[in-house]
Amino acid sequence: MQLPFFSKKSSEKPREDLICKQCKATVPAKDAVKNRFICPSCGAYLTMTPQDRLHLVADKDSFTAFRDELKSVNFLHFPGYSEKLEKAVTATGEPDAVVCGTAAIDGTPCALFLMDTRFIMASMGSVVGERITRTFEYATAHRLPVVGFAASGGARMQEGIVSLMQMAKVSAAVQRHAAQRLLYISVLTNPTTGGVTASFAMQGDLILAEPGATVGFAGRRVVEQTTKTALPEGFQSAEFVRDHGFIDKIVPRDALRDTLATLLRLHAPRNGGIA
Amino acid sequence: MTPYEKLKTVRRSDRPTARDYLDLLFEDRVDLCGDRRFGDDTAITAGIGTLDGVPVTYLATEKGRDLQERMRNQFGCPKPEGYRKAIRLMRQSEKFGRPVVCLVDTLGAYCGAEAEERGQGEAIAESILTLSGLKTPTLSLVIGEGGSGGALALCTTDRVYMLENACYSVISPEGCASILWKDSSRVSDAADALHITAQDMLQFGVAEQIFDEDFKHFPAMCKTIRRQMADDLKLLSTFSLEQLLENRYNRFRKFGIFEEGGVMHGTAL
Repeated sequence: MQLPFFSKKSSEKPREDLICKQCKATVPAKDAVKNRFICPSCGAYLTMTPQDRLHLVADKDSFTAFRDELKSVNFLHFPGYSEKLEKAVTATGEPDAVVCGTAAIDGTPCALFLMDTRFIMASMGSVVGERITRTFEYATAHRLPVVGFAASGGARMQEGIVSLMQMAKVSAAVQRHAAQRLLYISVLTNPTTGGVTASFAMQGDLILAEPGATVGFAGRRVVEQTTKTALPEGFQSAEFVRDHGFIDKIVPRDALRDTLATLLRLHAPRNGGIA
Repeated sequence: MTPYEKLKTVRRSDRPTARDYLDLLFEDRVDLCGDRRFGDDTAITAGIGTLDGVPVTYLATEKGRDLQERMRNQFGCPKPEGYRKAIRLMRQSEKFGRPVVCLVDTLGAYCGAEAEERGQGEAIAESILTLSGLKTPTLSLVIGEGGSGGALALCTTDRVYMLENACYSVISPEGCASILWKDSSRVSDAADALHITAQDMLQFGVAEQIFDEDFKHFPAMCKTIRRQMADDLKLLSTFSLEQLLENRYNRFRKFGIFEEGGVMHGTAL
């Protein structure tokens, strides 16, 4: 197995102001950080980048990104995909829709992956699948827990069947990690849908979710077409999915770091226990 | 035939359905029901039988042979309880050291409100995870449509076969055309762009083998399939458990076409 090398990412760009999708208020970056990415005017959850997320949950300066030079390719010559990729790379400064690495959460080391909805709705193509797979492989080899922040529109259809196979590839790596009795905490953020829900997002030992996040398999419109009735408000919300028994806990953003820290501590290897 | 013509061909209601294949592939069949959690989904026909004398567990998505059956089976789109029945029988097959053989013909997992309420995503995720580590040989054959995650849930296997006109896709061409181009008349373009044919699957390494379709000589066609399945199960049973699982891991680990440091991984078309 090829292990990724470590590198410190030092390209800290100045943060841009955020716009609340609910009340349209402009939230200065400084205030957003201070308020843990909850809109100070209306209380809605602001869209977070992987870097914001790290800032929220990981110990200061503890994050080390896996260094790779992976780049998505329009291998099917799918109409419009090359342009979409280019736009997303420019907009995010990232090569694809997930950031992976290691960090500490209140002192407990773990491997992390953080999906980025700004990049083609964090759809999963070859690069996303490969990066998350390597994260689980690294965590298995180094006996680390994995904390994953899921967010995705689903599989990246512009990569055809190869994107579907990413679901199987990542799942196999999750299975190997689990077989070593290592912890995987899946945190569902807005929105977690499609092939990501139908694979690693729902394979956590513990599944947490942010309040109000959309969590589902089929899209709302598809369900409405199938059922031929309008769906109630809150259908496929994290609370709905928890009430139906598929999420362990809804965790507000300002409690996320503490909850993760406690859960990680509760799973720390014990002396004389089962390693 | 164009990819979309192939898809339309395999969707025809006069094609044999999964149960027609089960009748000819297996002997001493006993169909089994239920997920022991919620209910029984007839969109998945499952049970135990013998393949060339060897007991196996079979799991098949069933579109239904007449309109009444089709409606009862959601036209072959399994509900979460269908996948949970499959998962239960996968684990049972492991306990008794039986190989698993899946037959797949589905537009995809059922998308109704009740399927969402009962965790369709979780059911598929668990099925994929279970097959990934299942300690017994596994085969799957796509006899018609292999629709997205709903098909992958039964295709995460040591070998994947396809019939010559069968298709396998991350999304239906209809869904793709409507999402990407907001234009349902471009279904045929979407089918081209997605590369969904059995021949594409062979090229991507998603399938190992394609069987010719000859419905005029259906028993002979099934005999050919049965022989290949029996031969492959014989071969797979010679591997140690570690080797079997390592090979399965590598079978799926290799998927991904990207550039790394300027070097291509995988083959672009």
